Amino acid sequence: MAALTQTGGYGLRSGLAVAALAGLSFGLVFMIVVGVTLALVTGLPARPPVGAAALAGLAAALFITFTPVERRSNRTRSYAASIMFLVLVIFSLGQVFGLPLSEGSIWQLIGLAVFVGVTVQSIWLCVGDAPAGTVRRYDFEKLVIRVLKGQGYIFFTVFVVLPFYVMVMTSFKSQAELLANPLDFSIDLGKANLFASYIELFTRFNFGTYILNSAFVSVCTVLVTLLIAVPGAYAVARLRFRGRDAFARSILLIYMVPAIVLVLPLYAVFSQLELRNTILGLLIVYPATTIPVALYMLQGYFRGLPAEMEEAGLMDGLTRIGVIIKITLPLSLPALASVGLYVFMIAWNEFLFAFMFLDDPAIFTLPRGVASLNSSELPRELMMGGAVIATVPIMAIFLWLERFMVQGLSAGAVKG
Amino acid sequence: MTEVAQSGVARREAEAVAPPQGVGPLQKREARLAWTMLAPTFLIVALIVALPLVANFWISAKPIQLADLRAPEATINERVSGEAVAAGETFRVTYTLRNSSPNLPVRGAAFTDTLPEGVDLAVDDERCVLSGRNLTCTFGNLDPRGRERLRFEATALTDISNVEALLEGTAAVAQGRGENALTSLSFTGENFRKVFNATEFWDVLWTSILYTVFGTGGALILGLFAALLLDQAFRGRAFLRGLFLFPYVAPVIAVAYTWVTLLDPNSGALNAILMQIGATEGPINFLGQRAAGEISLFGLTVEFPLALTTVIIFEAWRYFPLSFLFILARMQSINTDMYEAAEIDGATPFQQFWHLSLPQLATILAILFLLRFIWTFNKFDDIFLLTGGAAGTRTLTVNVYEQAIALSNIGAGAAVAVVVFFVLLAFALVFFRFSPKED
Repeated sequence: MAALTQTGGYGLRSGLAVAALAGLSFGLVFMIVVGVTLALVTGLPARPPVGAAALAGLAAALFITFTPVERRSNRTRSYAASIMFLVLVIFSLGQVFGLPLSEGSIWQLIGLAVFVGVTVQSIWLCVGDAPAGTVRRYDFEKLVIRVLKGQGYIFFTVFVVLPFYVMVMTSFKSQAELLANPLDFSIDLGKANLFASYIELFTRFNFGTYILNSAFVSVCTVLVTLLIAVPGAYAVARLRFRGRDAFARSILLIYMVPAIVLVLPLYAVFSQLELRNTILGLLIVYPATTIPVALYMLQGYFRGLPAEMEEAGLMDGLTRIGVIIKITLPLSLPALASVGLYVFMIAWNEFLFAFMFLDDPAIFTLPRGVASLNSSELPRELMMGGAVIATVPIMAIFLWLERFMVQGLSAGAVKG
Repeated sequence: MTEVAQSGVARREAEAVAPPQGVGPLQKREARLAWTMLAPTFLIVALIVALPLVANFWISAKPIQLADLRAPEATINERVSGEAVAAGETFRVTYTLRNSSPNLPVRGAAFTDTLPEGVDLAVDDERCVLSGRNLTCTFGNLDPRGRERLRFEATALTDISNVEALLEGTAAVAQGRGENALTSLSFTGENFRKVFNATEFWDVLWTSILYTVFGTGGALILGLFAALLLDQAFRGRAFLRGLFLFPYVAPVIAVAYTWVTLLDPNSGALNAILMQIGATEGPINFLGQRAAGEISLFGLTVEFPLALTTVIIFEAWRYFPLSFLFILARMQSINTDMYEAAEIDGATPFQQFWHLSLPQLATILAILFLLRFIWTFNKFDDIFLLTGGAAGTRTLTVNVYEQAIALSNIGAGAAVAVVVFFVLLAFALVFFRFSPKED
């Protein structure tokens, strides 16, 4: 892209305006992020001076912009960092995180270095090549978008990560520690009973059994779903029969039926058939909710496969079933993996039916087990420990097989 | 084929109905194979989805409580006073026959018992007959929660060391069942009357609509922004894409409870953070406070629904990954030539987004909105786990649970579920009316 060119003096549509925006906003946001992170990691009662940080960011940004573009170098960036440091120290009266320097000095220094480093770098990336004066509208918008994107990355990352961080860290704390300082998520590695809540979950609350139950239910659901959905999807994709199009369209309708509407009649009938408080009951209900999605996803994939190979197989004397097993399925392994993972995720995470159906702790699935920890008599860290145990396996599978998982999600993402 | 050949009229009719290639034996076989392959799907969907949908209507018109799910039965209890009894002494035997059901009568209630040797029973009740050693008592109908107590005087013929063990050694057997509340033919309009007359019903419906509209919109807008952030390739993009999917992949119960912990007014981290940076004075009960502050708009004063807003933010947080994936996939498939042409013509980035990207994304955004709208309306788990429907967050789906399980009135719960179904049907009709025809 062509270099940014100055077209006039200073004005609203100038590099200076964008620099001010970038300096103020990055200073403010990074101070909150770094300050809170410092408080969370070390347990220090940090009070981030957001005003001083915004001013420091502004000063650094203005310094960069007022340096002529052709004279800017890495040294400019270093000067900007020094200016930012000085302004921050002066305006926060020496307490850069609202703490006396004697408290956790090393942590404060690291925090300060990180803050100055990321803030200056962000400002540099946004306005490092921007002239101070008025620029073309195109360039101005480009600069503004850089700032907005930067803020967007910070916002989304914090928004997504914070709850998970709290989940994991709470499980290592004790109720008393949490009430004393809700911000202190520092981990004392020397603590003897760091894993106390996990040990209790696995010994007193049978979470080992719940994991096995969840795994069994999820794997069986995947197998049953594929066993039933594959032939159905093949029929819809390849065979001609009256009502095929109407059928293909009405599959979508089925997964718009809410679970809460189905759960009462199933609860009533399963109670009378004595299927309610059983794993078998879940294994009847779960595939019924996943088969339509799986069928819809698979038929879309089967349609995309070349029909010529199947026809060749038929010519060579294979039956339809033979064609499916020997030709279609080997070609659709990626699709089967995606659908299988998606179904596994639905079954693993399913809450409503497990909650309504299961009373006997011996056959609890993980979500049902975590629900049983929600009691005012049990401490929070047990509940969070249970949440971590329920989350880690599905996350591990997700990270391991992300490619298939993402395909499955995008294909079935209308549901959920 | 044969009947088609029989008359010209039939042939013309067949041609009008059947596809152009006609229905040959091969096609017939193909169709039969297709239906065979689809049969398991049909069966399970019919049993677990279609049947319950119909059953819901049936239950909603019945006076049925949670406790009625177990068919009423008569139960018998036999008690003996005294322990060691000498020959010739008397003691008391008490039989209690009861109907445990709170609502339904038991018909043909009766019990039988066998008297052990060495005991004589003075039967002085006309409902009971002692023939040989067999005691039979018949009562006919037993009212809901009703009980019949019979006390007989028994005489020991020999010394008995433990009468209790002796008499209870032969267990009394109760007879009589009530009708199954699910299959009985008694109907009532009471459930619907109750649902619609409750003052909260319109509040619940309104909450549902607010939750659905803003939850769907929030997830869609967040998804759009996230997709814009990750549209261009850069280092760490794959990592961020995986990260952004976390909220959806984690079990709902885990993330919902985490938010409850995070937002707790006493020990929650978010309140602590807000107080630390001086954003609020005291802790805010995000999930437990119905209203916070007032908004004045055109002279109308509306209270800001705090708990509902929190729940909506959770919904947007949890489901933005789905819209993000879809929108990102669509963005990546947009032809880049168009943007190059726009660049040459001097279109600015915002102009490119507004005039090129958005029109290209309009279809996917509309489809996502309609589908997510229906799915958000259906959501139960999220709100139930976050607030349990308290503090002005009770939607229709949570109300189903509230009526059926918390208030133990399955009939009323099913009535709410029927309302949910009809609202959904309306949405679905709109959806199919406006959905694009292509696959």
